[in-house]
Amino acid sequence: MAEPVVQIKGVSRAFANVVALDNFDLEVPPGTVTALLGPNGAGKTTTVRVITGGLKVSGGSVRVFGMDPYTNGESVRLRCGVVSAKPALYDRLNGWDNLRYAAELFGLGENAPIGEAAARFGIRDALDFRVGTYSTGMKTRLALARAVLHDPQLLLLDEPTAGLDPESARAVLALIDEMATGGKTVLLCTHLLLEAEGLADQVVVMDQGHALIAGPPAELSKRFWPNLVVLLDAEDRETLDEAKIFEGVLTYERNGHATIQIDDLARIPDLIAYMSARGVRLTRVEPHVPTLEDLYFAVRNKTRPAVFKRGQTPKSAEDRL
Amino acid sequence: MNWRRMLVITRTDLRQLRQSPDFWVPMAILAALFFIVIPTILLFAIGHAGRIGLVQQIGRTLNVLPQRVKEAVDRAGQSPEGRAQYAMAVYLFAPLAVVVPLTISTAIGANTIVGEREKGTGEFLAHSPAAESEIYIGKLIGSILPGYLATLIGFGIYAIVVNVMVGPKVGGWFFPTGDWWLLMLWVVPPFIMLALSAVLRISARVRSATAAQQASGLVTLPLILVAYGQSSGALLGRQFAGWVVGGIAWALAALGLMRGARAVTRERLLGVDKQA
Repeated sequence: MAEPVVQIKGVSRAFANVVALDNFDLEVPPGTVTALLGPNGAGKTTTVRVITGGLKVSGGSVRVFGMDPYTNGESVRLRCGVVSAKPALYDRLNGWDNLRYAAELFGLGENAPIGEAAARFGIRDALDFRVGTYSTGMKTRLALARAVLHDPQLLLLDEPTAGLDPESARAVLALIDEMATGGKTVLLCTHLLLEAEGLADQVVVMDQGHALIAGPPAELSKRFWPNLVVLLDAEDRETLDEAKIFEGVLTYERNGHATIQIDDLARIPDLIAYMSARGVRLTRVEPHVPTLEDLYFAVRNKTRPAVFKRGQTPKSAEDRL
Repeated sequence: MNWRRMLVITRTDLRQLRQSPDFWVPMAILAALFFIVIPTILLFAIGHAGRIGLVQQIGRTLNVLPQRVKEAVDRAGQSPEGRAQYAMAVYLFAPLAVVVPLTISTAIGANTIVGEREKGTGEFLAHSPAAESEIYIGKLIGSILPGYLATLIGFGIYAIVVNVMVGPKVGGWFFPTGDWWLLMLWVVPPFIMLALSAVLRISARVRSATAAQQASGLVTLPLILVAYGQSSGALLGRQFAGWVVGGIAWALAALGLMRGARAVTRERLLGVDKQA
């Protein structure tokens, strides 16, 4: 197995009394997209800063490309492209000058592919204008162009779609997908779960500086929902409780509509017939693939959701096991 | 140390400065006031005051100057106005050469690191391959150059002004004198660096550009006064005085710059140093 691009083991870092990273572990395999999910203050930005050697850790070890980024900062940073939560551009300079500055700092010289990088992100025509006049979306695109200018092996994207309109956000995500397809290793920090959906090969849910769970989304979903999930709805939702005692239904949860886990999809026609026979007028029977959002909240609530004893109907997350 | 990268940082800072007329126009006006407007008005007033009033006062002032200076003034010409103008141009405007570069450079320097942090661009620099020492020196040069260049240009214009206004009365082209070259090339630069070593340390530590300006004013004002006195001494004292004053200033500047280099850290560029 290839050596991980990023390997963080038991890393801790605090700011005054606030713990930003607490015995945090992370492995980012080469050529994959890893999404760090978590609320504000979970430690995502600190993780990016630790990876580039911008911050010193107070405990644990960090290896990026096999090197300690704090002591081999230049070698590591030359191979990283970073888009921070704020685009961090020079507003008084135009787009060309912003990109040229990065190109020169990264030692690209006169032949830096500035125009090509800008064109790739659809910002080529705006390069002559001052960055201060750019919209948020244009700034993000320019920041992305700047981050890939030196063809980095590792891209660190910290909330790359923050403040963007949906169209720009979608375009940015498509570009990240394209880069990942091109073999780049991507670490994406976000609290927007849709952003990581379908993009991440691995998700790490963070809270208060440590990883609650890490792994490929499908594998994690399987771990949380080992059985098939089906959503049920009816004209009279209280009648849905009849499903609890149907054979093959492993778990039952009603919160508005009902969510059941069932051992075999082949039982669904029988379930429908069974419910009809008991006067339940079903309006929805839908096999459900758990989303990253489901997973995120399941992890954050520190429970295996929808695993209830028969006859128990949870009123809130606190009721869960 | 990657000098190429360091100069890139300098060049980008200067390019941003050039794009900020709201900053450099007042500074250019300040330089023009000190090097052109005030000397022109004073020299003109002396030249047209006749033998009374102002010239007599300046004459009395000249009597308290060191013997070496009095002899030089006496050699300059026969007319009291000419001698007064000569003394004024050569000996009494020396502090101009210090006040202008210190004011401009410290104003730029105060904003340079905290400005990166305030605008969020410190994050970009922190994640760049540039070493902290390269960032520090790049920004140091970017702060020195505008002030020193403004001073050299102002000095050139000042030389033309005093030669045109005073030259005909003292036997022709007389400025810059050797002492002024010494002042401009040996005494003034280390004072700028000494001030900037303090100002950049402040800029790296404070939370806002406003705070940096306030604190820099407090630190550099005494330094301006010292530089004012020392530069006057360099001109008015014995010939080696300038060399000694400059030498001490260079030594102090080197010390200050070495200590100042430690103030620029990636954590400070990221704005998390106060929280650590």
